[in-house]
Amino acid sequence: MTQSQASQAQGGAPQVSPQNSSPVERLIFGGLGLGMILLSLRQKNESGLILGTGGALLLSGAAMGRSVGAAITQVRRTPDDTIAVQRAVTIGKSADELYTFWRNFENLPRFMDHLESVKVQDGDGQRSHWVAKAHRGTSVEWDAEITEDEPGRRIAWRSLEGATVPNEGFVEFRPAPGDWGTEIHVSLTYRPPGGTLGAAVARLLGEDPAVQIGEDLRRLKRLLEVGEVPTTEGQPSARKGIMKAEAKMYDNRRTS
Amino acid sequence: MKAVVWQGINRVQVETVPDPEILQPTDAIVRVTATAICGSDLHLVDGYVPSMVHGDILGHEFMGEVVEVGSEVRKVKVGDRVIVPFPIACGKCWYCQHGLTSLCDNSNPNPKLAEALWGYAGSGIYGYSHITGGYAGGQAQFARTVFADQNLYQVPEGLTDEQVLFLTDILPTGYMGAENCNIQPGDVVAVFGCGPVGLFGIMSAFLLGAGRVIAIDRFPERLEMARQLGAETLNYETDSVFERLKEMTGGRGPDSVMDAVGLESHAGGPGGVADAVKQTTRVLESDRPHALRAAIMACRKGGTVSVPGVYGGLADKIPVGAFMNKGLTMKTGQTHVHRYLDLLMGHIQRGDIDPTQIITHRLSLDEAPHAYQIFKHKHEGCIKCVLDPWADPKDHAPVKPG
Ligand SMILES: [Zn+2]
Ligand SMILES: [Zn+2]
Repeated sequence: MTQSQASQAQGGAPQVSPQNSSPVERLIFGGLGLGMILLSLRQKNESGLILGTGGALLLSGAAMGRSVGAAITQVRRTPDDTIAVQRAVTIGKSADELYTFWRNFENLPRFMDHLESVKVQDGDGQRSHWVAKAHRGTSVEWDAEITEDEPGRRIAWRSLEGATVPNEGFVEFRPAPGDWGTEIHVSLTYRPPGGTLGAAVARLLGEDPAVQIGEDLRRLKRLLEVGEVPTTEGQPSARKGIMKAEAKMYDNRRTS
Repeated sequence: MKAVVWQGINRVQVETVPDPEILQPTDAIVRVTATAICGSDLHLVDGYVPSMVHGDILGHEFMGEVVEVGSEVRKVKVGDRVIVPFPIACGKCWYCQHGLTSLCDNSNPNPKLAEALWGYAGSGIYGYSHITGGYAGGQAQFARTVFADQNLYQVPEGLTDEQVLFLTDILPTGYMGAENCNIQPGDVVAVFGCGPVGLFGIMSAFLLGAGRVIAIDRFPERLEMARQLGAETLNYETDSVFERLKEMTGGRGPDSVMDAVGLESHAGGPGGVADAVKQTTRVLESDRPHALRAAIMACRKGGTVSVPGVYGGLADKIPVGAFMNKGLTMKTGQTHVHRYLDLLMGHIQRGDIDPTQIITHRLSLDEAPHAYQIFKHKHEGCIKCVLDPWADPKDHAPVKPG
């Protein structure tokens, strides 16, 4: 077990390395951003809007000293090249209800978009077999075991030897104040094949674990609070052909 | 079916699109019998609220008859005559259960955009850009409505479409704007903007006990309507608004001030020009906040600024020093329409409020591009325009105001 994995198992937040851009990078992208804004002022149509927006993003990124690459990919890595993801959501249900739903791992694919299936194996129910969607219709499989199990409070798990993407995580159910229900805190640590670069590429291809976990938790909230996840997929519009791609840019759930 | 479609900045067209279908078991399809153009539609058409996509169906003020319901819809039935509140409530989340339905956690299918812009996402809204969910709007012959049991509100017998249509948005918006003024009996309330929301704000301020309402605008027909509602009026093109407000209130300033204008307010002078130029970039500044600045400056010490006007992104030079040093309170928000429906329906039934008096134009859906034009530029005395999706355009002559 690596150092960060150890701190993870104790429930501490993993360390994240800073990713500031170099002065040269700031100068180049700042200048580019400014140029795009100036250009946008001369365009009256939407291309001006796009130019201006892009320019402003570059300029503000440069001003804040954030690397454009890092800002786009938003990879948070630990010093030993594992990826750490933490997300939380508040759901208007009791900790016991949420724990029970989660503890049945076979429920996870109902809200975790990238999971194809989780099968709890025979015996004491500590082991499970996970199948996740990967690039271009392929899948990744691994076995995991439960390492901690406190009913109504916390579940932790870890992948077993031989996993392509070694990973571990925990979920905690903490009572929220007032009548807010329960806070779910999820922490996931994994070592992607190809290290941070592999993770950055995966993120650009739309398989960003941090965003995914956030979206997964939101889906869980919607599933448990209202019984369904709202969608606009299939609603009418006057979009034809290529314009549909424009809507996809905005909507993660497709608008036809 | 026919629908009013956004085809780019300042391009609104009526097109034939597929009929909406039930997509989820809690949906209902409404045959739209009346729909209206709202001031915030203009912000979408002018391109100041980002994330509109070519082909999006506009419209968030609409009502009609339920013609189809999903398998899990229990309360709403085919044949019901309903209004459709513009913010979509799931009915189950903390916000919905506390009457804050425009902040619903669960009804925006695409909250990431709003979170990037505002930190957290509000509810989904019909026909109101992809930031608020990308739902198809109701300026159409039919509309898909979602979470039908939580949202569709049955219209009592004996009321016309025009009497209840504005309950979907501008009437509760004006009312919440007045409620957010924290009016004490006899208070002086100033209202910037005498468009539909400002006018309903004036009516509501009196209902809530205001002693005097001072209304500010520049269009004579709007000022005239404000006067008919009992307000004193100022024309900001000919009056020095700050000085006059001070003078009219014995040097104190109004107890509360409502900004019923929002992000496309008008002002002259170098400041106004600078804002206008910056806003054309959509980047340096997305909102022109003259009315908000003026409201903060004009309000008396310790008073309340209420902002029903729509703002989208970033505004410059808000007089935060005045705001802090004068100990002001500001209250804002998209309207929690659902919480006001019973109350305001009662006011309409008793005749305390006659929403139809602000309607200046009744047009067919086919005339929507023209309707947007006259509403935006206040031509033909246009204050509020109602569209009939099933009318033959030949039957509809524009109604003159007054
Ligand atoms: Zn509106
Ligand atoms: Zn809700």
